[in-house]
Amino acid sequence: MIVARTGNEAMAEAMRQINPDVVAAYPITPATEVVQLFASFVHDGVVTTEFVPAESEHSAISACVGAAAAGARVMTSTASQGLALMHEILFIGAGLRLPMVICLVNRALSSPINIHCDHSDSLASRDSGWIQIFSENTQEAYDSTIMAVKMSEEALLPAMVTTDGFIISHGMERIELVDDAEVPKFLGERKVRYSLLNVEDPITLGALDLQDYYFEHKRSEIDAMNHTLPIIEKVQKEFGDRFGRYYPIIDEFMMDDAEVAVMAMGSTGGTTKVAIKRLREKGKKVGLIRCRIYRPFPKEAMLKTITKAKVLGIMDRADTLSTLGGHLYSECRSILFESNKRPLLKNYIYGLGGRDISIEEIEAVFDDLLMIHKSNKVDKDIVYYGVRGE
Amino acid sequence: MKKEKKGWKEIPIGLVLEGGTSKKFETGDWRSDKPIWDPKKCTHCLICWIYCPDTAIIIKDGKVQGIDYRYCKGCGICAEECPPKIRAITMVREEK
Repeated sequence: MIVARTGNEAMAEAMRQINPDVVAAYPITPATEVVQLFASFVHDGVVTTEFVPAESEHSAISACVGAAAAGARVMTSTASQGLALMHEILFIGAGLRLPMVICLVNRALSSPINIHCDHSDSLASRDSGWIQIFSENTQEAYDSTIMAVKMSEEALLPAMVTTDGFIISHGMERIELVDDAEVPKFLGERKVRYSLLNVEDPITLGALDLQDYYFEHKRSEIDAMNHTLPIIEKVQKEFGDRFGRYYPIIDEFMMDDAEVAVMAMGSTGGTTKVAIKRLREKGKKVGLIRCRIYRPFPKEAMLKTITKAKVLGIMDRADTLSTLGGHLYSECRSILFESNKRPLLKNYIYGLGGRDISIEEIEAVFDDLLMIHKSNKVDKDIVYYGVRGE
Repeated sequence: MKKEKKGWKEIPIGLVLEGGTSKKFETGDWRSDKPIWDPKKCTHCLICWIYCPDTAIIIKDGKVQGIDYRYCKGCGICAEECPPKIRAITMVREEK
């Protein structure tokens, strides 16, 4: 069925079709609508979900962890400060190996207080042990929300699916919904290893784990993340085979003969594709590498992709505040260390606090990269693109 | 006897253990002060049992039987809460 939906509406529709056992949430701009719409589905009896309106995001995600440990299929939604408040529990959910999905609407972290998009919220949670999937548009956000449930349950790791705040969350697009009956068929029942509510077989969960076993448990969790990419690939293929929309781990656009490339995440991927089409008409060999699966980081595939280009402009919509530039930049630099084929890299930190990034500005990034290609020299490794006073 | 510890591939996924594991965790060796219960003074009001933050007051048929030193951490709450006119529990220095 083809419909017009905003990103938030699309994620709420996905949640309606998934019909999770438990949704515990606390509203926050720009993610409020996701659970607000979902709450109306609960009220109208469209879903059978136990809806828990919590008093904070910390409580919301804690309720999700408890419900997931009880064997429920669990979802929530948040943004920015909400995810920051969940931070402590994110690690616990992942450490206990509990599947659940957050529909995350990317919004800049305070301070200064802001409600618009950048990626500082989810990227600040990058080491929490959650799968992170960035969406380019509403369709992808909808599809990924459904897929994430399955990925999370098979990997036994929680997952967050993101949209760019306001840009995707409030922008209306034409999307294709899967038939209601098909979603439960695709997902199947959650396979439960144990349940906290099973009094016949009581368990201890999350016991104190000191010098003697903490390291072993952490090593096991690291191993799970190391083996999650094949699960993600498998689920993406199953989704494609069933519904006709195939998703890659890394979205490559016109990379086969590209001399210079831009790397980006989220909606900037779509903007960059338009810029590339314009530049290709002028005969410029430019391409896009869109990082879709950010956690686990697809090291091998990413290395293969980025070494196709001679010059790579990495666009980060957040800074690590570490002197190392953006997240993608420092991670891509890291994986290139052992490669004998290294493109020239330049980091563009852009769009913080929702600062718009236009097609023309991305064309200008490509012009800059083409100049670097010509001179074979990077003038400045990290630039703050679109900020006044540079 | 020293128990052989398991490697990371052998442990259950996600910190799941059988129920009741706190029974195996004998916290009595944390104790620096030790409660001494006097059965002659005790009126079996069970206030010590109610207040004990662990399960270190042994009860049988509604009557105090003694202190379970495997779990008693020596916090002294039982001695503090024992009614002033009774004082059936007194704390002494633990000797090790």
